[in-house]
Amino acid sequence: MQNVIEKANKEALEIIQNGQPTLIGLGIAEEVIPGMSKDLFLHAGPPVSWERMSGPMRGAVMAGLMYQGLAATPEEAAEYAASGKLRFDPCHHHDAVGPMAGVVTARMPVWIIENKAYGNRAYCTLNEGLGKVLRMGAYGPEVIKHLQWMEAVLYPLLKETIEIHGPIDLKIMIAQALQMGDEVHNRNKAGTSLLIREIAPSILKTSFSNEDKIAVLEFLNSNDHTFLNLSMPAAKATLEPAGKVKHSTIVYTMARNGTDFGIRVAALGNRWFTAPAEIIDGLYFPGFSMEDANPDIGDSCITETLGIGGFSMATAPAIVQFVGGTPKDAVRYTTSMYEITTEESQAYKLPPMNFRGAPTGIDIRKVIETQVLPVINTGIAHKEPGVGQVGAGIVHPPMACFEQALEAYVNLLEDEGLLED
Amino acid sequence: MLLQTTIKRNAYYDSVTLMLISRDLQKLDGVDEVLVGMGTDLNLDLARDLDLATSDFDTLTSNDLFIAARFDDTQISMQAIEDAFSELLNKSSQSDDDDDHQPPTLRSALQQMPGANLVVVSVPGQYAAAEVEDALDAGLHVMLFSDNVPVEDELHLKQKAVEKGLLMMGPDCGTAIINGVPLCFANAVRRGKIGVVGASGTGTQEVTVQVHKLGEGLSQVIGTGGRDLKEQIGGLMMIQGFEALIANPETEVIVLISKPPAPSVAQKIYQIAKTSPKPVVIDFIGGDRDAIEAVGAIPCVSLEDAAQKAVAVIRRQPAVDFTGFILPSEQIERIVEDALAKLKDDQNELRALFTGGTLADEAMKLLGDRYQVFSNIPLSPEMAIENLQDGRGHICLDLGEDQFTRGRPHPMIDPQTRTDYFKSHVDERTGVILVDVVLGFGSYTDPAGAVADSLREIRQRLSAHGKDVVVVASVCGTDLDSQDLNKSVATLEAEGVIVMPSNAQAVRLTDMLMQGMKGA
Amino acid sequence: MSVNDLFKQDLKVINMGLKSFHTDLKSQGVPAIHVNWKPKAGGKKKMLDLLSKINKSN
Repeated sequence: MQNVIEKANKEALEIIQNGQPTLIGLGIAEEVIPGMSKDLFLHAGPPVSWERMSGPMRGAVMAGLMYQGLAATPEEAAEYAASGKLRFDPCHHHDAVGPMAGVVTARMPVWIIENKAYGNRAYCTLNEGLGKVLRMGAYGPEVIKHLQWMEAVLYPLLKETIEIHGPIDLKIMIAQALQMGDEVHNRNKAGTSLLIREIAPSILKTSFSNEDKIAVLEFLNSNDHTFLNLSMPAAKATLEPAGKVKHSTIVYTMARNGTDFGIRVAALGNRWFTAPAEIIDGLYFPGFSMEDANPDIGDSCITETLGIGGFSMATAPAIVQFVGGTPKDAVRYTTSMYEITTEESQAYKLPPMNFRGAPTGIDIRKVIETQVLPVINTGIAHKEPGVGQVGAGIVHPPMACFEQALEAYVNLLEDEGLLED
Repeated sequence: MLLQTTIKRNAYYDSVTLMLISRDLQKLDGVDEVLVGMGTDLNLDLARDLDLATSDFDTLTSNDLFIAARFDDTQISMQAIEDAFSELLNKSSQSDDDDDHQPPTLRSALQQMPGANLVVVSVPGQYAAAEVEDALDAGLHVMLFSDNVPVEDELHLKQKAVEKGLLMMGPDCGTAIINGVPLCFANAVRRGKIGVVGASGTGTQEVTVQVHKLGEGLSQVIGTGGRDLKEQIGGLMMIQGFEALIANPETEVIVLISKPPAPSVAQKIYQIAKTSPKPVVIDFIGGDRDAIEAVGAIPCVSLEDAAQKAVAVIRRQPAVDFTGFILPSEQIERIVEDALAKLKDDQNELRALFTGGTLADEAMKLLGDRYQVFSNIPLSPEMAIENLQDGRGHICLDLGEDQFTRGRPHPMIDPQTRTDYFKSHVDERTGVILVDVVLGFGSYTDPAGAVADSLREIRQRLSAHGKDVVVVASVCGTDLDSQDLNKSVATLEAEGVIVMPSNAQAVRLTDMLMQGMKGA
Repeated sequence: MSVNDLFKQDLKVINMGLKSFHTDLKSQGVPAIHVNWKPKAGGKKKMLDLLSKINKSN
């Protein structure tokens, strides 16, 4: 059986290594996201019902309902959400990913990423910025107003920008950002800078007013995490085709919804293996502590799933001040990730690791054998909707996810008669 | 008093680290009793015996770490105990190179060090065999320190090792010196021409130390583990090592050390000795002299004697039994006289407290059945220590045996156990105390100092009864050991200890003292 | 590599278990790696059984 698995994993890794995530444009969710409709809200992580949703996720849903015009007040929104008139589904089921609450509604603009090597696409909303934002569960009037600006100005301007500029190779941009101190999950300063530099001339060439161009540039520049909403769908687009490889023990999805942590394994297709999401033991901003924290939330660990993000921590030493630790710790984390992965990335090289490629292809067998869990660098959201980020730290998926997956995997092989002696 | 348990799930730390941390946490003000360990049945039983069990214990698995404490909550909190634990843990893990990556498995270790040629395994016994199997499959030699490895596994692994021409030293192998590198519990000795294959840890240590003292050196010192010469294992590693030394150019004399092997196994060894082109010195402690001589090998009367004979052979001198002392007999008699003069008539009991198993065994054998010595390694069942009435009688204990190391580090690593026994087992009826002081790698930083401290306490206690006590010791160590032989001897002599140059001589002197004690 | 081959080489040691043994080797300048050992699969029998089912080579 070893040989069968090795062959399958090799195939999965080839797909991942060959991925060519490319920004090809922007669109409106309802128009471009498969299966999207007005009564469907997408969210981060594995499937979850309104009843089980955590504070930030609920707040985001309520903001989404008011933004869509389906509710006028937060109270109405909460009622509507509980009524059954609204459907929920993971972003992941619709070729999409979302940071934090990751709520995507019909009229939201999204980046469109295409994996040129396999033709599949991935979608992600535009990052709203810091502070009181929908993805942190804020639902005040300023949240809705900002979303409306993004829909009315930011989106069409950027759409035209990319049309003028042409597609942007995100693989190269991520590779460069990784060599400039980013890990493109929790630290995106370099990526955001590279993006703005790349599209600035095209922004200027658009048909919009100077006022709008200035506003857009200032907005993009004000938000270091602009690039996160590109690195995430880039990772998603790269990994998704590997999720079809039979018998492969490679993890192609890791995601959390603020209540559960879920993983998906190539051999097991769309099946989610979930366990309660953990509270992050990290560095809290003054005035906040673990008691204020929401459990782990967001699709952003799709970056770690690919081997960037926390897996590439060694290349982003500045991040350790934020999550608590030393640059040596960062190197140690990355080094230990090689124990649970399959290959080194051909595209993403890490200078502090002597230019070793990022640890790529999480193998559930290795995770269980070594008891080494994937490391995730993450922001911590306040458990009450709308308060926002209260800290950052390092978190791991629950071992239970991998154990359940291994059991299901072996059962699958037994059912296929592959384990007869 | 509050009783609480903290649990860290799926944490893993090695047993010695945890036991040493337990000991340090015990010293915290306000702590009445504390135990830190993995949730193994053994540890949980121990905790229950110490009245530390709480309902949390039901949830513990052997992969969980627990800190069980009974403490005065006006003086200390559970959080403070946990913090102290974390601090001690960090200290112990920062003891050396933080820079080196510590891979989680043998496989990744091999990727990191493709030229590795030896694996030292000291993980809990139930997991050891699987790790050794992987190591042998990868073509590596193995030193297996772990005990509690099933004998069937030992046989299978040794057969595999022999097939592949590899060393599998153990299980329960504490001592080896390969290519001049001391492994686990071993002394720093010079390289030379004497090769040793030993089934007994401290026995091997004593022989190597004596060889060094005599000015010669060791080529290779191979361990076999304590069970190797039993019928079921058939001496596989002793034979493997023996043959390797015969073929080894640097080795001119071969010394074999073990308790008496099973007869069939002894036969196999004798056959090899018979045709050996190199001289063979065989110390089957208390074994069959005639049989050894019959195959042209050289028998021994003690560990020291084995070293002396090996050295004699190298120097082309006659290999004569060494049954006496290095010091002139008049001096020895004076020592004995002066010592006995310190004792009152009712001080006529022996308290021999050993940390080295083979050294204790040698003591028991050399004292013979001329004395009724109660022991946990008795010469006959009636003399088992459990049969001792009212604590009256001669006692000789191997404190490294399992019953004394439940939840406590081996006494060679941590002197606390012997310190406790000095307190509990030495009283106004004690005439002679006999101890071993083992130096070298793996041993405590200052074993002589610990003994000296205990003796001060004893002398204080006994002087209240107007009494003194005689203490005889040998130091199994060299001038190259970090604990320094000369310094250790000086520390002991400053406390009035009679330090003899070897375990055998220390035992012989003790024998003379016992003969002189009234009514011994 | 036979026993006498080992005797001709420099020792390069992998230490698995008690950290003190690794520390002693390093203090003597012997190349040594310490394995941050944990029971395989955390010692969980169910997981070990599952792994052994799929780890057979064919």
